[in-house]
Amino acid sequence: MKIVVCIKQVPDTTEIKINPVTGTLIRDGVPSIMNPDDKGGLEMALRLKDAYGAEVTVITMGPPQADLVLREALAMGADKAILLTDRKFAGADTLATSNALAGAIRTLKWDLIVAGRQAIDGDTAQVGPQIAEHLDIPQISYVADLQWDGQRFLVKKETEEGYQRLAVAGPCLMTVLASGCKARYMSVRGIVDAYNKPVEIWGADHIEVDEEKLGLKGSPTRVAKAFTKGLKQAGEVFEVDAEEAVGIIISKLKEKFII
Amino acid sequence: MNFDLNKTQALFRQMIREFAEKEVKPLAAEIDEQERFPMETVKKMAELGIFGIPLPVEYGGAGGDNVMYSIAVEELSRVCATTGVVVSAHTSLCLAPIFEHGTEEQKKKYLPKLASGEWLGAFGLTEPNAGTDASAQQTTAVLEGDEWVLNGNKIFITNAGYAHVYVVFAMTDKSKGTKGISAFIVEADTPGFSVGKKELKLGIRGSATAELIFDNCRIPKDNLLGKLGGGFGIAMKTLDGGRVGIASQALGIAQGAMDETVRYTKERKQFGRSLSAFQNTQFQMADLETKVQASRLLVRSAAFKKDAGQPYSADAAMAKLFAAETAMEVTTKAVQFHGGYGYTREYPVERMMRDAKITEIYEGTSEVQRMVIAGKLFK
Repeated sequence: MKIVVCIKQVPDTTEIKINPVTGTLIRDGVPSIMNPDDKGGLEMALRLKDAYGAEVTVITMGPPQADLVLREALAMGADKAILLTDRKFAGADTLATSNALAGAIRTLKWDLIVAGRQAIDGDTAQVGPQIAEHLDIPQISYVADLQWDGQRFLVKKETEEGYQRLAVAGPCLMTVLASGCKARYMSVRGIVDAYNKPVEIWGADHIEVDEEKLGLKGSPTRVAKAFTKGLKQAGEVFEVDAEEAVGIIISKLKEKFII
Repeated sequence: MNFDLNKTQALFRQMIREFAEKEVKPLAAEIDEQERFPMETVKKMAELGIFGIPLPVEYGGAGGDNVMYSIAVEELSRVCATTGVVVSAHTSLCLAPIFEHGTEEQKKKYLPKLASGEWLGAFGLTEPNAGTDASAQQTTAVLEGDEWVLNGNKIFITNAGYAHVYVVFAMTDKSKGTKGISAFIVEADTPGFSVGKKELKLGIRGSATAELIFDNCRIPKDNLLGKLGGGFGIAMKTLDGGRVGIASQALGIAQGAMDETVRYTKERKQFGRSLSAFQNTQFQMADLETKVQASRLLVRSAAFKKDAGQPYSADAAMAKLFAAETAMEVTTKAVQFHGGYGYTREYPVERMMRDAKITEIYEGTSEVQRMVIAGKLFK
């Protein structure tokens, strides 16, 4: 079995602050980590590897320093690592990112693609599903558990109401929840070996994707405005009967010229 | 000249710090309170390869270096000094001397299981009448046929009862003084070997510290470690390495107390402002931070020299002396900054203060470190 895991290096948003004037993230001095859902996805792939044998390839698109999350993935047990890095990829929104990743994955052999549900810096949950669409393969999102019965993947998919259990044959793509399984630590031996293994560096030339679909050029998303949500003040509580309550609500709404 | 960790060491620190925060810290107060050996943590550390960090891969180790090992003890001790010394005693005092002085057969037999954590290691040198004066060994080993017969007692042995492999020192020829001391490898299930009374201690209370009893304990002739009569040299060389481990432990304790005190003094308000806004706090904390960073440089330098194959005996002594005394000073002041709260077991700083004290005593007291440093100075 061959598994490709898509991972992203993100700022640790638990330590991030927002510039109140510009509304943008203050990234200075904030540590970079492997996106938690992606780490959950890598863990699921590694568990399949441990149980049934598999070759796990991790891939990321990012600046050269994103090498660090690939080393972490290798130290956890991934077999191969690919870094998509090129100025032509810069400024990519989710569509351009998924075009680049799908282009790279097209050149690989795989039975399963795993991506995290969403990244903690963007929270879009779009890249994984978009890759599946570009590659025209089935996808299952919000995967909380993943097993293999020898022919099919047995999946527990989280929904708002509870869980769905699904069986799917490869090739397919899954987006995974970090809460699905506790990711392992890097092993000491894995860490020592991580920098002895090669990380393949691919530029835009390496993938067969129209350059118009990459980077800023391939990104239709426009950020109109970024702002920090103000804190809501504590509400006012009236303990009155229904009729009186209606009267109070109407007067309050009138006070604020809402009605 | 480069003071940065290399990429591998930095990645390792990321892992061990996360492991310490998530797996070790939550247990620290409990194992101290219950004086309980943290077996569950030992198993988790074994799975990750933490018991064989600086050992070459061919003997089952991780193939890392002593800087990484030192970082491991520092980061573990930052949240739990007990956990730090379990790793330090195992690695520096048992794994290292077998790797450095063992025969190929001994290495193949013991190192893979020690490195995997299947077996824990310990070291038996100290006796009731041979503490700092380690040459006054009274434990004896007599060769009878194909076996060495050991008789005597060792005290204050870290990991005792939980370790399977003990590097033990005994007199093989009393007439030769220190040159009559030899080193042996003793397995826990050997008839005539037993673990005696467990000590009740001020600090590192989760660490198992007990007596080893040898009562006609017969071990194979081949379990002599190094040359006959070479034991004292092995003990001293082993303790040089051990001091890097304990210096790292002291550094970790000091850093842990700094972390707690920075957080507390920012939050705690008296007279209308945070304690950290008072210049008294700032000046004292600045001095302590400077000493912690100086300790770190000494510790890293000693570990680096060991990796580089350079003489590091005095460096290890200086690192241990300075880091241990810094740990004691930082933790004592940390309790003072915490005031009444610091004196309670609600906060970790009183535990850190109790834990710090041992770093000035074991694997050579601060006085012994000064002897080693002066010995090099005036040789």
